[in-house]
Amino acid sequence: MTPVSSMVLVAIGSFIGSFGAVFLKAGAVRIERNVAALIVNWRLMAGITLFCLSSVFFVLGLKHGELSVLYPIVSLGYIWTLLWSRLFFGEEFTKAKIAGLALILIGVLFVGMGADRGRSAVSRAGAANTAMLHR
Amino acid sequence: MTTPAPAHVSEAHRKTRQRSILLVTICTIIGALAQIFIKAGASRLPETHTTLQAVLAMAVNPRLLLGYSLYGINTVLLALALRDGELSMLYPIIALTYVWVAGLSVLVFHEIMNPLRTVGVITIVLGVAVLGRGSK
Repeated sequence: MTPVSSMVLVAIGSFIGSFGAVFLKAGAVRIERNVAALIVNWRLMAGITLFCLSSVFFVLGLKHGELSVLYPIVSLGYIWTLLWSRLFFGEEFTKAKIAGLALILIGVLFVGMGADRGRSAVSRAGAANTAMLHR
Repeated sequence: MTTPAPAHVSEAHRKTRQRSILLVTICTIIGALAQIFIKAGASRLPETHTTLQAVLAMAVNPRLLLGYSLYGINTVLLALALRDGELSMLYPIIALTYVWVAGLSVLVFHEIMNPLRTVGVITIVLGVAVLGRGSK
């Protein structure tokens, strides 16, 4: 059984992480070839900070419970990001994006099911870290 | 006479998109390696009694340090990829990390690649292919 607290933690992590992606993108389009400018690029720094923060939730959330349940919740971050991409950057929803994302979500579910079956230690340790920069 | 500018522009656009996809893919390989090093480092951490001892043990663990440094590089590459590409197309490609981690777990930690994991890995790769080929 997967504790509800784990699911909630991972869901919060995926939500925070999706905003990390938004800020990283917003900061990235303003990258200049100059170290000082990079450091004062607050959007980039906010993105990295949000990724780190989301990883705290992932590390805590993925300690217990089934990865077949928790991995797909991590992947909700891709769906949030799809929504934010349209909202903040005016990117279009295309058939390719939706079909590709659907396949990825199904794939992640299977990887999670396989990890439960194999009791993969790396998967569990890795899940938190995977989530860290992406999730 | 006017040159067919749109064709030229879309060619440059296609090149940029391919470069972004390649950058994110490299990013996922580095991310997977980082995970393997962090896992290897974490399993070698000694028993500690205080938080300070735990932090110190982590700070002098070369595998952990290498793992976290790789994450730093990973973030830089992701930012560079996002600079020129669409977030909604590039971000889900990060799921390739699951593919490399599955492969490396088998190679490095001798975990077994069961059928469910194999189906998952193939489906993720297909999804990334659909994303990469179909997006404008």
